[in-house]
Amino acid sequence: MDYNGSDTLPGPRAEDHLPHTAQAAAKIVIVGGFGVGKTTMVGSVSEIRPLTTEETMTQAGIGIDDNYGSESKTATTVAMDFGRISITDQLVLYLFGTPGQQRFWFLWNGLFEGALGAVVLVDTRRLEVSFDVMGRLEERGVPFVVAINSFPDAPSYPLPELRSALDLSEEIPMVECDVRRRASSRDVLLTLMRYLHSLTMTGSLR
Amino acid sequence: MTPPRRQRRYPAPEPPPPAKPAKGGRQKNPERLYVVAGADEDGARAALDLVTLVVARADPPPSATPEQAAVLRLCGAPLSVAELSAYLNLPFSAMTVLITELLTAELVQARAPIVRQALPDRSLLEAVMHGLQRL
Repeated sequence: MDYNGSDTLPGPRAEDHLPHTAQAAAKIVIVGGFGVGKTTMVGSVSEIRPLTTEETMTQAGIGIDDNYGSESKTATTVAMDFGRISITDQLVLYLFGTPGQQRFWFLWNGLFEGALGAVVLVDTRRLEVSFDVMGRLEERGVPFVVAINSFPDAPSYPLPELRSALDLSEEIPMVECDVRRRASSRDVLLTLMRYLHSLTMTGSLR
Repeated sequence: MTPPRRQRRYPAPEPPPPAKPAKGGRQKNPERLYVVAGADEDGARAALDLVTLVVARADPPPSATPEQAAVLRLCGAPLSVAELSAYLNLPFSAMTVLITELLTAELVQARAPIVRQALPDRSLLEAVMHGLQRL
């Protein structure tokens, strides 16, 4: 903690304040490989300019609780971009874009507990980048939908072929999107919420 | 052209509960600090989440550190721990230390997040869908 208390502290703009009635927040996680469009998606639907929160972890601390005083080990700073959508005067939704690479997985152990669900953002030029993170979500029982971010020069596979390649069961929604467009990103989030809702109907949300 | 192929995985069995700290041993864990709810170490605790909303309950007292005063100034209106971390440029774990101090001093209030549950809240999901549709 090296904050020096200067007078030029940044803070939320007046229009970025939540109402006092805001009682609770929920979160959704957007995962995917580097450069797949996570931050763009967060930015296109967020009501605030996307912010960044950081955590410093030591490599040795991955998956281990106690890494205090381990200056000799390699420290890694992981940054997550996030945005916010006010749902009602009482309820706020936060979207976190988080790296899907294996070395960042420790974040899942604590910080992302309790997320309502996840969006796996996929680039068909590098499909395999998303494999591990999908498996990770499956192992943890975190419900997710798959969104194919349409890059102009990306190979276009038919959705059934992609579903088969990703080994996704029939009930997991898969949509194509352009995360630069607010409406398209919103529709991905709606797809996730409808899917979560359908899971509550069938009672298969664990 | 054939895309690369993946094989799906399945939920892992529940992990064993974390080992309890040795009796009388001090915990020195900066990553997982729990809120001591006005009690001793054995009292009820609430974890701080990235989206726990923090609201100031009072103006900074003269005894407040600059960091504490900055948090109190920022959360005159509710603000998530993640936003506080971003605006103050402090890592999440450092932020939770600061907020824990303020909670203990009863200078801020924490509003717990809504988390995914075994018994899902359908009306919550419906509210979120409704809110998204207005975007």
